[in-house]
Amino acid sequence: MIEWVNALVQGILLGGLYALFAAGLSLIFGVMRLVNIAHGDLIVLAAYIGLSTTMILGVHPFVALLIVMPVMAAIGYALQRGLLNQALGDDILPPLLVTFGLSVIIQNALLEGYSADPQKLNGGVIETASISLGGLAVGILPLLTFAIAVAVIAVLQWVFYSTGLGRGFRAVSDNQEIAQLMGLNKAHVFGLAMALALGVTAIAGILLGVRTSFDPAIGGGRLIFGFEAVIIGGLGNLWGTLAGGVILGVAQTLGAKIDPGWQLLAGHVAFLVVLAVRPNGLFPRVEH
Amino acid sequence: MSAPAVTRATRASRIATVVAALGLVVLMLAPWWAGRADMRLMGEIYLYLSLACLWNLMAGYAGLVSVGQQAYVGFGGYMLFALTVFGGLHPIAAIVAAGGLAAVVSVPVATLIFRLKGAYFAIGTWVVAEVFRLSFAQVSALGGGSGSSLPVGIVRSLSSSRSGREALSYWLALGAAVLVIGTVYLFLRSRRGLALTAIRDSEAAASGLGIDIWRTKLEVYVVTSALTAVIGGLIFLQKLRISPDAAFSVNDWTAFVIFIVVIGGIGTLEGPIIGTLVFFAIRETLADFGTSYLMILGAVAIVVMLKAPKGIWGLIRDRFDLELFPLSYRVHQNGGEGGTLR
Repeated sequence: MIEWVNALVQGILLGGLYALFAAGLSLIFGVMRLVNIAHGDLIVLAAYIGLSTTMILGVHPFVALLIVMPVMAAIGYALQRGLLNQALGDDILPPLLVTFGLSVIIQNALLEGYSADPQKLNGGVIETASISLGGLAVGILPLLTFAIAVAVIAVLQWVFYSTGLGRGFRAVSDNQEIAQLMGLNKAHVFGLAMALALGVTAIAGILLGVRTSFDPAIGGGRLIFGFEAVIIGGLGNLWGTLAGGVILGVAQTLGAKIDPGWQLLAGHVAFLVVLAVRPNGLFPRVEH
Repeated sequence: MSAPAVTRATRASRIATVVAALGLVVLMLAPWWAGRADMRLMGEIYLYLSLACLWNLMAGYAGLVSVGQQAYVGFGGYMLFALTVFGGLHPIAAIVAAGGLAAVVSVPVATLIFRLKGAYFAIGTWVVAEVFRLSFAQVSALGGGSGSSLPVGIVRSLSSSRSGREALSYWLALGAAVLVIGTVYLFLRSRRGLALTAIRDSEAAASGLGIDIWRTKLEVYVVTSALTAVIGGLIFLQKLRISPDAAFSVNDWTAFVIFIVVIGGIGTLEGPIIGTLVFFAIRETLADFGTSYLMILGAVAIVVMLKAPKGIWGLIRDRFDLELFPLSYRVHQNGGEGGTLR
């Protein structure tokens, strides 16, 4: 019995990581209706930038975030202004195929630069430290990941609904033309949204790298987890995305408890069941 | 003043038909004039051409942009192995049966993932492909995660000599390409094709004209899934070895195929043919550069998508008003050349 409770707790905490994968995806879709196929590869890219930073400066991966976050944000802004803005429009095909091409480019560039060998970020004692909660040994790192996920979503929520920047995001999201008439520079606002999204991606990438080993090929899988969390939670609802991540994480750890080979399968099945029963997700945003 | 005449064929399309027929005869005779390695390469070209035509039918005409067609490539491959090893079927019968089974499987899959729109549909198809991959990896009779090889006895049942097998697998690949291009062409020339073109141009208007959009898209999805599984069976009949990672590879069976269609020209029948030739030309020239050829391919696809979204064939068609597959309608007044409806 205690093992099942343990699997449940681990799943909930794992959900925090998936929510971080999903938050950037959700934000970009919310602001510019762009589904970024390269999102998973950008998470992996952040992990590799973190790896280089820790190796060159000899710092802890969490300290490396001070470098990785601005770097990823800058990449995001440049990518949006230089490439993705050209692809946006009424047709869904160009953004889809451009980000798909980007995904292949990032993946192979990482392969070229870092080889296919699995890498890991060394988090030190935090990787193995745990605290005892009612007879359960809960790892500090998963707990911290979950707390960071909650904090990140709270911050994004605050930015979106309580700041001038967020007002710009919501304005271009509602009506791009009228937002332009009101003096907003659409291209710039989209660039800022992508910068913010990739800043979150940096956090996700570092936490991924400290938790498990990674290689250039795993981006697609991370994209799928993030995507599933978004759809399970309901499009356009950031807290729903956290719930979606938790459901996905719990399905995976419980599946793995039954049979190790079922871990990923159980997650996908949970997603397909939600899609069949509640096509709009569990907590869809109420349309005004 | 005579009534305007409407035609579909043009001089270019009639010439193309004759050239294609002659070319087909030459290609059919390849076992007598081509070397072993060339035949393998050509076989691979035919199978990629088929995958590209099928993806193009879905994405370019039905608006179903899938990044999960590897689900059916792998399904077809695994069905070939399962039906020959455990069902005792002849490999060719197994490949045909794989197509039928894929059609059956694709219906419930479609009812589920058609709930997702646009780009979300795309990632949904990818999830389905992952489910297929993980499920087949669980079947220990088919080698589990590490895969298995086609038993020698089954390989021999195709033909007792190696050259006989190679010729047969070449002809099967060529036949599959002709079958796929023919099917897609006839589909687009038919009533359904007209409905599809209407949906491509405007879903709202097509719906207003009484076209059942969901049903039309479902038909396209089922047909492409079945044929993709047939191609998958042929691919793994050439390889003789299957594993979940090879069978359900998103790079091999979807990324390349998408690049082929985008570079050649999406939404045209000629595009995938040109794209396949360009793709193999790039691959054969840059293969020594390792992974960087994939980066170049990705970059070319991005540039084409942004600067020339109709691809190479789109540029040629707009420049010369050329069409090799007579799909559009041309209106002539008094025998003169008139406007073209695409």
